[in-house]
Amino acid sequence: MKKSVFLGTLAATTVLAGVAFGGTLDDVKKRGELICGSNTGLTGFGMPDANGNWVGFDVDLCRAIAAAVLGDATKVKFVPTTGETRFTALQSGEVDVLVRNSTWTFSRDTELALDFVAVNYYDGQGFMVKKDLGVSSAKELDGATVCIQTGTTTELNLADFFKQNNISYTPVTVADDSEAQRQYLAGACDAYTTDASGLAASRATMPDAANHIILPEIISKEPLGPVVRHGDNNWGDVVRWTYFALLIAEEKGVTKANVDEVAASTADEEVKRLLGVSGDMGPKIGLSNDAFKNAIKAVGNYGEIFAANIGEGTTINLARGLNALWTQGGLQYAPPLR
Amino acid sequence: MALATDVPKESFRLSMLIYDSRYRAVTIQVVVLLCFGLFVAWLLNNVVQNLAARGKVFDYGFLWARAGYDINQQLIPYTNDSNHFRALLVGLLNTLVVAFFGCIFATILGIFVGVLRLSKNWLVSRLMTVYVEMFRNVPLLLWILLSYVIFSEAMPEPKAFRVTDEMVAAGQEPAASMLFFDSVAITNRGTSIPAPLFSRGLGSVDLGFVSLNLTFLATTVVLGLSIWANRRLRASARATQEATGIRPVIWWKSLLILLAPIVLLFIAMGFHLDYPALKGFNFQGGLQVAHSFTALLIALTLYTAAFIAEIVRAGIQAISRGQSEAAFALGLRPGRTMSLVILPQALRVIIPPLISQYLNLTKNTSLGIAVSYLDLRGTLGGITLNQTGRELECMLLMMVIYLIISLCISAVMNFYNKTVQLKAR
Repeated sequence: MKKSVFLGTLAATTVLAGVAFGGTLDDVKKRGELICGSNTGLTGFGMPDANGNWVGFDVDLCRAIAAAVLGDATKVKFVPTTGETRFTALQSGEVDVLVRNSTWTFSRDTELALDFVAVNYYDGQGFMVKKDLGVSSAKELDGATVCIQTGTTTELNLADFFKQNNISYTPVTVADDSEAQRQYLAGACDAYTTDASGLAASRATMPDAANHIILPEIISKEPLGPVVRHGDNNWGDVVRWTYFALLIAEEKGVTKANVDEVAASTADEEVKRLLGVSGDMGPKIGLSNDAFKNAIKAVGNYGEIFAANIGEGTTINLARGLNALWTQGGLQYAPPLR
Repeated sequence: MALATDVPKESFRLSMLIYDSRYRAVTIQVVVLLCFGLFVAWLLNNVVQNLAARGKVFDYGFLWARAGYDINQQLIPYTNDSNHFRALLVGLLNTLVVAFFGCIFATILGIFVGVLRLSKNWLVSRLMTVYVEMFRNVPLLLWILLSYVIFSEAMPEPKAFRVTDEMVAAGQEPAASMLFFDSVAITNRGTSIPAPLFSRGLGSVDLGFVSLNLTFLATTVVLGLSIWANRRLRASARATQEATGIRPVIWWKSLLILLAPIVLLFIAMGFHLDYPALKGFNFQGGLQVAHSFTALLIALTLYTAAFIAEIVRAGIQAISRGQSEAAFALGLRPGRTMSLVILPQALRVIIPPLISQYLNLTKNTSLGIAVSYLDLRGTLGGITLNQTGRELECMLLMMVIYLIISLCISAVMNFYNKTVQLKAR
């Protein structure tokens, strides 16, 4: 009995660990498909639409990477992962890249042997409550029952916040966003806490969205970004610079619509390098020279992706805030492409 | 004898390992063992290499780091400043408490249903058949989810209990009210029941990593002594009955022995009940029993009881009809026939499969993760695993712990099984 259990574990581990480590880029090219770890369903960030097509802010970054590497934004397979399974899925090689509202932290970066290559959304943890609860600040939540997704950084922030403010709470740990919403709407918890962007996304799908408010306190820093396995630096570069290409495109005014026109007419040397008109930026990281152009053509620049999925005017209605370009007072800043 | 000595003694040759049937069996076993050993070594080597390739070290040091998360049901003191090992203990106790009550309730319900299913009353026996077939044939996870959703969707919110001044002025009743003389409140979050408190408790003694609650210990000791004294009393009554044929009246002595010491102890320690009351968002005070616990317990009980009912039915049917006919002939009523003649014999058949039902129930508690019940799977295998990223360590440790729990249950039940088996005299 004891032996067979042990063997089972070892066998399972062996299967999990039995993947090639070097050369994710080669693997993706050979496979002809990018496998992207995605959310199980968070409106605006990553979820299948009515026709089963994945749409969202994080999803578009996956499509941009596929367009840059394979030249075709549709060649992506999305693997839904929960807060608990996401890092294991990445470590075991089940997915090539994880773009799933994952917070960049020290221990994930080091102990979990992952690499966070960029921050595509600067977020912070907030609280959502029903309006009729009569609460206007998170500090008034003494004694409240709080729904929280397990396996996330928010779990730890929550404990710290209530301790620092010397107030008490009862945690209700749930597995994913939809279960948390069900419990919150059923009144099984007074407040729901997760990243403020996630709260806005959840609220957008609620039938009575106007009856819920997001409290002003942001209790943590949550830099969310794409994650790759530690040690595969070339693949990390590909993901990182595809993302930066989208930022540079917004900064330079290159859009999905005008990318061909700009490529033909531009006099800006950085734009020329970005779109592969001059230089050999693409080949330097193992891509074609028009890789970034394909990415921009497929999904648009960072600003377009933001506006289309989660920006003002969509149901989620998030302001750019910290995620504005550095030229407009935000934190989104790409190193020079040269 | 003389002939045997005449046989020339053959010297051992290597080929005999294969061709001599005396040695062949051993040879095969040794070879298989070697192959098995090599296989295990290969797996181990694989794990070590892969861990090294991922830059991970096999290390249980994380158990002593600060956990940083909160657990909503704690039987021992725990805060988010406690370490992961403490969280593991909290989870383990949560597993044990639901398994313990689950086994007890499932046994009681199972015996009832099993007996009633053999009832001559058509309606009763059919109803029990429906119950058994329904619960046996639907996955346990669905029952757990169903009972949880019923609780969280159908019960009133805490604010429904609130009485405001305007409502008093208008003579309105709140939408929901507490049960049992305002002592129990069932909300969509949990059940608040009065908590037993002691104003002059005995405190606790710190024994390194666990602290021993002296109040709890004293209560257990007094209860144990009372039960022991009561058994002695009954034994002496039985002896008198055997000797004189008249059974002395002892029920009031029994009652006194069982109740008086514990009541005196409780009065001495200043026993009182702390009633839950609505304060702020939730009911405060009293004991909060989360619905995840209640739902898990109910589902486990109903599900396992259906299996136990079948085991009990099989046990009863294994006893020959002659036994009950003989009992009836002696003038025993059907109820007494069942409890004095049939069930004691049926126990011999019932106990062994019952053990595996207990083991199943205990292992099934890990499904509590579906309703956010923070048992061992939820703390060590859930949050700790996620926050530290130590899958292999956590999973192995969790398996070992479940294994130990199961082996303990097996050992206890096997011991009990020995005591009810037929004694060969």
